[in-house]
Amino acid sequence: MLSYLANPLRFMRFSRLAVPISFGLGAVLIGWSLYNGLLVVPPDERQGGDLMRAMFTHVPSAWLCMGLYAALAGASFVWYIWRHELADVAARAIAPIGAGYTALCFITGSIWGQKGWGAGWHNLILGDSRLMSVLVLFFLFLGYIALRAALETRQKAARAAAILAMVGIVNVPIIKVSVDMWQTTTIHQPSSVLSIGAPEPRADDEGMNPIYLQQLLWGFAGHSLFAAAMILMLMRSEVYTQQADRHLALKLEGS
Amino acid sequence: MSPSPLLSAFRSSLSEAWASGAGVLLPLGFFAGTAALVPFTLGSEAELLSRVGPGILWLALALSSMVTLERVFQADLQDGALDLWLQDAGSISLIAAIKTLTHWLVSGFPLVLLTPLIGFMLGVPPEKMVPAMLGYAMGGLVFFLWGGVAAALSASVARAGLLIALIALPLYVPALIFGVQMVDAGMASPSFLFLCACTLFALGVAPAAMGAALRLAAE
Amino acid sequence: MSDPVLLTGHGLGAVRGERILFRDVSIDAAPGELILLRGVNGSGKTTLLRQLAGLSEPQAGEVERAGLHHWIGHTNGLKAHETPRSHLKHWAQIWGSDADLPAILSDMGMTRPADVPCRMLSAGQKRRTALSRLKVQDRKLWLLDEPFNALDTDGQAHLAEMIETHRAAGGAVIAALHGTAPVSATQEVVL
Repeated sequence: MLSYLANPLRFMRFSRLAVPISFGLGAVLIGWSLYNGLLVVPPDERQGGDLMRAMFTHVPSAWLCMGLYAALAGASFVWYIWRHELADVAARAIAPIGAGYTALCFITGSIWGQKGWGAGWHNLILGDSRLMSVLVLFFLFLGYIALRAALETRQKAARAAAILAMVGIVNVPIIKVSVDMWQTTTIHQPSSVLSIGAPEPRADDEGMNPIYLQQLLWGFAGHSLFAAAMILMLMRSEVYTQQADRHLALKLEGS
Repeated sequence: MSPSPLLSAFRSSLSEAWASGAGVLLPLGFFAGTAALVPFTLGSEAELLSRVGPGILWLALALSSMVTLERVFQADLQDGALDLWLQDAGSISLIAAIKTLTHWLVSGFPLVLLTPLIGFMLGVPPEKMVPAMLGYAMGGLVFFLWGGVAAALSASVARAGLLIALIALPLYVPALIFGVQMVDAGMASPSFLFLCACTLFALGVAPAAMGAALRLAAE
Repeated sequence: MSDPVLLTGHGLGAVRGERILFRDVSIDAAPGELILLRGVNGSGKTTLLRQLAGLSEPQAGEVERAGLHHWIGHTNGLKAHETPRSHLKHWAQIWGSDADLPAILSDMGMTRPADVPCRMLSAGQKRRTALSRLKVQDRKLWLLDEPFNALDTDGQAHLAEMIETHRAAGGAVIAALHGTAPVSATQEVVL
């Protein structure tokens, strides 16, 4: 399917339909998970009372921002090896969305952390290893965007940014490990959705309430669709900009 | 590639680093000056100083790598030396690695030499001195390698200092964390092994990335 | 083959931003040839020359070179702290050449300023230093970007002579030029 869409014309035709559909569907799913999360499900006193409702944005965006950086690196790799223009357009569009989701994840995480996960925790935001990983990821996105903006031609910007994204993705696991080693104290519970490789569950941990999990999954699906719609929209605008530039160039030659 | 081109690349970038930065005195002064500022900013309580002093020197090391690397590749691009390096294909990654290593030697390594003196000043316990020196040496190497990648990527950008910092800082995180931990935990700790791994990884990956970035910068 | 081609460029093209600089340019350089790249400012002479030298990746087409080449760009490749002598010595070492550097310097009229740091030299003297590299190692193909720039009449005549000698010895020269020059081309490529 990807190679089918690699043709810009087919891409434009596909995305014209895909953008409104995934926008709508994403908004509905996000709305549903937020409605349930904010108003319907009971608050969990163990996890900060009503503040834990930030989870329904925090967790999906945490899953998503990692995935978006991987997608950025993937698109960069495809562009670097096969020089597929659309891959670069995609990488360019993913970056600001990814930065937005890392910011969202960080902010909701800080709100949730205000009171959550037990008493007496002061140095919440800067003391938590997972939130710090997200912050570093945010700076990786930011560096990528800044580098693209600083280079003068599109071809140069694309190549430099692709190199940076690939250097970034090979460093992400190392950053993750190092930040985990830096603060073994995390306000997060051991991963409770996928407990592969997680440390032994705490005595008071009864696993995640299925009501929560359901909303998280709805939210994740919704945010994924929503992010995809925004990325496709940015890609479309980039394709149009390039066409406009080409027209301008032709005019210059004609004069 | 025979060793003689690498040797003359080393010699020329050494004299370049020397000529552009008042030799080894400048970085020595930089590190000593930073250390001297610490008591002013944090007060002179001996216990506090010995606890935060090494950490502040890590920051100084990171800063010195970014400040000095800004011109390394930019100068080569502007005066055309980069074109000359590139015309004999295949060696640019090695040359870039040599250039960054030279800059580490001139601007980062002095901190290792100064560690006993500064450590004494800040009241760092003597048994931590050797791990600290080793940590600064290896951590500095990692900083200069990733900083070199950032510098190569932004070689054609006019005022690249802040851009280099933004690109390189996230990549500094692992070496920073492992380095700081190792100073505390000593050389038998896993942090030391992790720092070694970081150094080897940077040595393996960064030169290739610098080479690709420099090829691009020359276009 | 009695007449090996030193460089072939086939179907070359370049785009800057979204603008097409040139397309479908083909060049063959046989021994003894002097090919001049002509064109107005911004027509892509330097870009084409850099593609031929392998410094830029062609956006279309391909380039093949038979061996090593000398590159003289519009920047000279000199460091401010280098002297002409140390510059030549440096590259002679890298290329593994044991050329007689004092002889080259005197031949280029650079004996007197040979030990003066480049930041104190004039533009013409720096150009002469860069051109001296052509003699440090014998390479069949020379790629020169505006080689006559900054040279005085004397220097221009000397460079023209160098080019003639090089061609007579079976070398080829490709040069980007915008003005007149005291050389006659075997081939002109107009962009």
